Amino acid sequence: MEEIKININGRDIVTSADRTIMEAARDHGIEIPNLCYEERLEPYGSCRICLVEVEGARGLLPSCYTRVTEGMVIRTNTDELHRIRKTIIELLLSDHPVDCMTCERAGNCKLQDLAYEYGVKKSPFEGEVHVYDILADNPLIERDYNKCVLCGRCIRICREVQGVGVYDFVNRGFKAVPGTPYGKPLQETPCEFCGQCVSTCPTGAITSIPSKGKGRIWQVEKVRTTCTYCGCGCQIDLHVREGKVVEVSSPVMVGPGEGNLCVKGRYGYGFIDHPDRLTSPLIRKKGKLVEASWEEALDLVARSIRKAVDTSGPDSVAFLTSARCTNEENYLMQKLARAAVGTNNIDHCARL
Amino acid sequence: MTNSFDDLEKADCILVIGSNTTENHPITGIRIKRAVMKNNCTLILAEPRHIRLCYYASIWMRQRPGTDVALLNGMMHVILEEELADEEFIKERTEGFEEFKEMIKDYPPEKVSEITGVDADTIREAARAYASAKSAAIVYSMGITQHVTGVDNVLSLANLAMLTGNIGREGTGVNPLRGQNNVQGACDMGGLPNVFPGYQPVDNPEVRKKFEKAWGVDYLPGAPGLTLMEMMEGAYKGKIKAMYIMGENPILSDPDIQHVKEAMEKLEFLVVQDIYLTETAEYADVVLPATCFAEKEGTFTNTERRVQRVRKAVSPPGQAREDSWIVAEISRRLGYDMGDVEASAVMKEIASLTPSYAGISYQRLEEKGIQWPCTSEDHPGTPILHTEKFTRGKGLFHAVAYRPPAEEVDDEFPLLLTTGRLLTHYHTGTMTRRIEPFNQLVPHNRVWINPRDAEQYGLSGGEEVVVESRRGAIRLEARVTDFVPPGVLFIPFHFAESPANALTGTALDPVAKIPEFKVSAVRLVVGKEMKKISVV
Repeated sequence: MEEIKININGRDIVTSADRTIMEAARDHGIEIPNLCYEERLEPYGSCRICLVEVEGARGLLPSCYTRVTEGMVIRTNTDELHRIRKTIIELLLSDHPVDCMTCERAGNCKLQDLAYEYGVKKSPFEGEVHVYDILADNPLIERDYNKCVLCGRCIRICREVQGVGVYDFVNRGFKAVPGTPYGKPLQETPCEFCGQCVSTCPTGAITSIPSKGKGRIWQVEKVRTTCTYCGCGCQIDLHVREGKVVEVSSPVMVGPGEGNLCVKGRYGYGFIDHPDRLTSPLIRKKGKLVEASWEEALDLVARSIRKAVDTSGPDSVAFLTSARCTNEENYLMQKLARAAVGTNNIDHCARL
Repeated sequence: MTNSFDDLEKADCILVIGSNTTENHPITGIRIKRAVMKNNCTLILAEPRHIRLCYYASIWMRQRPGTDVALLNGMMHVILEEELADEEFIKERTEGFEEFKEMIKDYPPEKVSEITGVDADTIREAARAYASAKSAAIVYSMGITQHVTGVDNVLSLANLAMLTGNIGREGTGVNPLRGQNNVQGACDMGGLPNVFPGYQPVDNPEVRKKFEKAWGVDYLPGAPGLTLMEMMEGAYKGKIKAMYIMGENPILSDPDIQHVKEAMEKLEFLVVQDIYLTETAEYADVVLPATCFAEKEGTFTNTERRVQRVRKAVSPPGQAREDSWIVAEISRRLGYDMGDVEASAVMKEIASLTPSYAGISYQRLEEKGIQWPCTSEDHPGTPILHTEKFTRGKGLFHAVAYRPPAEEVDDEFPLLLTTGRLLTHYHTGTMTRRIEPFNQLVPHNRVWINPRDAEQYGLSGGEEVVVESRRGAIRLEARVTDFVPPGVLFIPFHFAESPANALTGTALDPVAKIPEFKVSAVRLVVGKEMKKISVV
């Protein structure tokens, strides 16, 4: 792509002609505030928070939507822009329950961050406010449209990325809100429960039910790892609080999944600390599996393998390693079969 | 995969065959959907079931289960007849073409149509779309491999890619999607009876010498060992005395589970290492509590050969220990000391013995994943395989004739059963069926029945029915849906209380020894007749 020169806030910048103003600015460490923008989605230009001044342009331009052109002179942080952005935030807060103290998204909310940055404590605009019922019509995803800012990100991710299209705006004007066909519960729509809408919602309007009340973003430690389900290898962050995984998210535009997750990747973590987990070695005594010490169990395993080898040869022992375990564990298991026992009877579930 | 996920979005045409991508590899499904929606990529789907990708496909070939070789040969017949083959690629990069060409003559679309049930013109259309695209990718999964003709199916796909020069370039390739998080890695690490790590054959004396030296042992066996299905048979016949199973649940995942149970009972000693007391662990003499992915350090290798880090986030419950510690402790008791089994040290050892992993280290993986082959510390990894030559040099065409599935329908068992997974559950369900929200979404097993068949059996959906094969019978709820074609039933295998694999057979592909999960002859029993049949 052709390289062009632009100027942002007095800085000369060389960028590629296929970038938007927002992207070119971000590439060079200049953040333009935004609300309806998401890297995984096509630009939308609805929230107007990312407006910038461009010399010679008629009016202000949404930076998420506007491609850079040669010689463009852009300002992203003038007093006028500050005033306009603050007014937009005040308008949004005029119909938003300011219950950040108990909101699931506090600390991870774009609207909260914007209000903080622009010093909006209270909206000067008083008028009608929405009172919607909270929709928890399924076990995973809760929708509280009282907190919706109409950015359309849930609608767009479901359509553009998932290709499912469960949501669209219903009603008009002040009553407009994202909804399902005929207001049906999510379980009666083609919803795949991937929670992508949760992952992109910039406020507390769409949240995950299983992680509700389990810890907010500053209370958890995020550990980056690889998902344990299929072979896609999505990169995930396990949110850990007090030694428990309480939520899973995926870093946007990182790894093969680019921040997208499916229902298992996002919500399939409940097995980790399930009460059914094995917590002690077990040995069969009088036909029943009973708890035993590691010493006793390991000795018995080694003795039994040794017995089979001694009486019937190493090929009377078979090893099944696991497509669920790590490379290192698989390596050690085949080494055990080959080097310690002396058999190539090792396989795993690749064929199943 | 010969290519990468990124590549799918560079393809002008994608042929998806035997893969319900959006349910089994949802994130790869996103790539395919996006290729269609954003890049105008032509999607060709060859799939007996109506799956979500049908909504994105330009061409849908609804072949009878088990007829893939005929279908692909039919496409290649059209490509040769209409001179759409890439002659330069065939000449420069392949061999065995003439014999292959002769064989293909037996597969005119009209004849193929009779075998597969796909309209001849649709086969022509698909062949033209695939062959005339600038770059065309093939995506497949267990719907291709889990047949007695699994190897033939894959060879036919390789033929198709070579015939049109759709390999070794961006947006092309033959791309299998691996069903479990680390199947690729378990294979790469030599978790197979015939190869050491990096697919170095055990019957090569030089290779053995290298490993004998590195591992400090005098002798490593040179004869390939038994595959999983052969082990089960060996146990059944009393040749295998002791079995050590780490993180597997063959009693639900293997075909003909009654037979597997009997095999397990015949073992003199069975040790199972897992995170739950699985159906298989119930048969064990010793059960060892292991750790799950969130409780350990390590790496997984994804289906595009990308090695990525696994990191410890929480502590294991109770006395559960890391699998590496357990394996090393057993090894020590058998008189073989494995030394340092800390994950990064093991990766160092792997890299030193495995040419395709030679340049991989934890230090490099800290930043991001690396796709093997990565042969040295400064090698960037390999997103696309076979760019200049194939592993064996020239690509070999195989003349692969169509063979029918092991079991065909007859008067006694008039319906075809195919098995698979659902989006919300995973494999034998040991993990996902313990997750309450998932159980609320999909609480129990159902057999999918086409409305036409349902009418014949007087079913409207929601009734209990029995499905019986020559191996066994299960009882479950009927779901009437045209997502399956007439004459075909679908049952997912996640559910222990109505296990699909009580019905499947142990017929294997002669080379890969993979069972034919995708085709079994069954019958449907409804109403009072059900009482006469004993179910699992």
